[in-house]
Amino acid sequence: MFIKTTIAFAAAATFSMSAMAWQPSGKVECLAPADPGGGWDFTCRSVGNVMQQLDLVEGSVQTVNMAGAGGGVAYAHTVSKRKNDDKLIVAASTATTTRLAQKQFPGMDASMVKWIGALGADYGIIAVGKDSKYQDLNQLMDAVKENPRGVKFAGGSARGGWDHLKVLIAAKAAGADKLPSIPYLSYNNGGEAMTQVVGGQVDAFTGDVSEATGFMESGDLRVLAVLSEERLPGKFGDIPTAREQGIDALGPNWRGFYMPKDTPEEAQQYWVESIDTLYASEEWKAVMKSNGLIPFHPKAAEFESFVTNQVQEIEDLSREIGLLK
Amino acid sequence: METIGFLMEGFAVALTPYNLMFALFGAFVGTLIGCLPGLGPANGVAILIPLAFTLGLPPETAMILLTSVYAGAMYGGRISSILLNIPGDEPAMMTCLDGYPMAQKGRAADALAISAIASFAGSLIGTIGLIMLAPVLARFALTFGPAEYFALFLLAFATLGGITGKNPMKTVIAATLGIMISTVGIDISTGTQRYTGGVLELYEGIDFILAIVGLFAISELLFFVEARMGKGRSKVEMGKLTLTFKEVVSTLPTQLRGGLLGFIAGVLPGAGASLGSFISYTLEKSVLGKKGRFGEGDIRGVVAPEAGNNGAASGALVPMLTLGVPGSGTTAVLLAMLISLNITPGPLMFTQNADIVWGVIAALLIGNVLLLVLNIPMIGVFVRLLSVPPMYLLPIVTMVAFVGIYSISHSTFDLYFMIVFGVGGFILRKLDIPMVPIILGLLLGPEMEKNLGHALILSDGDWTTLWSSPLAIGLWLVAGLGLVLPTVFGPLLRRRMRNAIKEGPVSD
Repeated sequence: MFIKTTIAFAAAATFSMSAMAWQPSGKVECLAPADPGGGWDFTCRSVGNVMQQLDLVEGSVQTVNMAGAGGGVAYAHTVSKRKNDDKLIVAASTATTTRLAQKQFPGMDASMVKWIGALGADYGIIAVGKDSKYQDLNQLMDAVKENPRGVKFAGGSARGGWDHLKVLIAAKAAGADKLPSIPYLSYNNGGEAMTQVVGGQVDAFTGDVSEATGFMESGDLRVLAVLSEERLPGKFGDIPTAREQGIDALGPNWRGFYMPKDTPEEAQQYWVESIDTLYASEEWKAVMKSNGLIPFHPKAAEFESFVTNQVQEIEDLSREIGLLK
Repeated sequence: METIGFLMEGFAVALTPYNLMFALFGAFVGTLIGCLPGLGPANGVAILIPLAFTLGLPPETAMILLTSVYAGAMYGGRISSILLNIPGDEPAMMTCLDGYPMAQKGRAADALAISAIASFAGSLIGTIGLIMLAPVLARFALTFGPAEYFALFLLAFATLGGITGKNPMKTVIAATLGIMISTVGIDISTGTQRYTGGVLELYEGIDFILAIVGLFAISELLFFVEARMGKGRSKVEMGKLTLTFKEVVSTLPTQLRGGLLGFIAGVLPGAGASLGSFISYTLEKSVLGKKGRFGEGDIRGVVAPEAGNNGAASGALVPMLTLGVPGSGTTAVLLAMLISLNITPGPLMFTQNADIVWGVIAALLIGNVLLLVLNIPMIGVFVRLLSVPPMYLLPIVTMVAFVGIYSISHSTFDLYFMIVFGVGGFILRKLDIPMVPIILGLLLGPEMEKNLGHALILSDGDWTTLWSSPLAIGLWLVAGLGLVLPTVFGPLLRRRMRNAIKEGPVSD
């Protein structure tokens, strides 16, 4: 028993020495800025499991929930109380960048943490009811260009939230100019919004592809475009992208992590590499498949600038529609 | 017969040992809550909500537990009405009229048994009504646009006081308080923060579950503490069961009428179970006329209101499940629970969460059978539990409430907030301000605001859109009636209810 442990220990030591210089000792904490059961909670728990399976961490990964202000409470906590904790990662997504861009976390901005990486995404879609006169995204956008108040959109986020922004991103890419006039109806969740579109009360739905699966399969909803770079894999393969219809609009709702700012360089290096290893693993591919996540993983060096760009883009759009002064 | 298929799937969900266990537990606790005077079904369900979170129950199990408590409370209300002449909850008020005289004549056991059978029949009729009506109404709800929803919520608010409501002004105050609380947090139609005062924890608004548990459960605890922990009641004798089969059969028409009338009263917004039992009793009295000896311990006087209030309990679930508009206080609490489980009531729920909807409906049917079994042979247990001093119950309920709320969000801020709501609820109840309108304001206020905003966006700011469809006009008319009728007939009806009770034997 003793020998076995020693050998295992020695092997682990050599492995980690050769592979990476720094490794967190003991328990690692993953902060999910929402109640159990939501997307961020899922990110933490599934990543924690796979990390343990792959022996990327020595101890266990513990998920801690800290809900409030759409991630703002956790962000403030990371920036102030945990600023040099190198064993802490925090789940984030496009919702985080949206709120940062719109100054919804008072006194805080995206440069106050280190962005580690993304592990997959859910892509935005624009859809209409099955009896709608619009057959493709261009027809819909032409109608918007002709009369900005002519097409009404419904989505599951607040005004200025991600679902609303996706409409604006697409309309802007299509060349529409009166963005603030485009009517957007906000519902409590995507399902409620879809019901109104399927029922014919509202013209078009904006949301993520995973939300629409049910109504898409039943044939009640016609998806005009997915806002991804290429066609999505699997059962979503029939949906045309906005790009192939000549409208260069992208709307990935990514899932990933940030960590505190005042942590050593090698700690950041370790986490970035761990996320890379995790993303490439078969175990993670299985998690993505069973949870409807679509591949999305900017290269390590690019993620930070991806986040900065996304924040900038959202900030500009929000200013344009008058949400930010 | 698509419905039958769904119902079978529902049974498959409800009949798993795990869910069955919680249905049985819910039915038992519900009956107990119902028979404790002062503790109504809305409070009962609110007290059990934290337990569902503490145990980390899956959504369908949590809903099965709470609906069983709801059904159980409707059964339990009659026990103290009959034995003590004190209604366990408001809907059981009419049961006092003939139930207590029966008990005085030494037929307490008979009254309890026949009322359990009547409750079963009423509930069965109501649940069958629910099964037939709900899917139809859910499909119909797809034709509701924002303007129609706005009118529907207006209708819900207009009928809020209900016909039995006491002080309309206090109802308005309560509803306004609820709406005010609901405006805290982000306004989804403009994306701006309201009344958060820069406190990050308030940015997502105030959780209804927190408010409900605080207002109902914690304030209830404070009331118990104030009553110096009470000693419990002295044990009551029940006598022997002499009920004959012939007697049961002779009340069958009464059970049918009562259940049906109750169901209709339950479906109507604002009417609720109290009206259900009142109408059933009054109708029975006028149908039988001189043949009955109502008020002196006529067996049909026990059957009618019990069938009525249990029918109404199932009926009240119809608008809640299909339209998201609760027909009574307890269904409002159930609605809050559904929303916090991330399930949106309405047509979508019947397709996407069919297992939950039909699981709950099947659990109602199963729960009924369980309740009948619990309430006839085991009635002695409840009667004995009626005399357990509340001081033993208090610490358990407090502990569960705190652990449950903490397990939702892992935030101590929420615990302080719940206590604030509890103290607030205690003060408001002292001022005789009802709790249910607060919850309805909290739940329905934001929905009404959202739909008004949407209707105006869709019509480009034209207000006439709010009454441009026949459906919307119909809803506005009913809302108008709901507002006017109670002020005209309310006092009259209440006087008759009071007189009816006064005519009965004097309570001791």
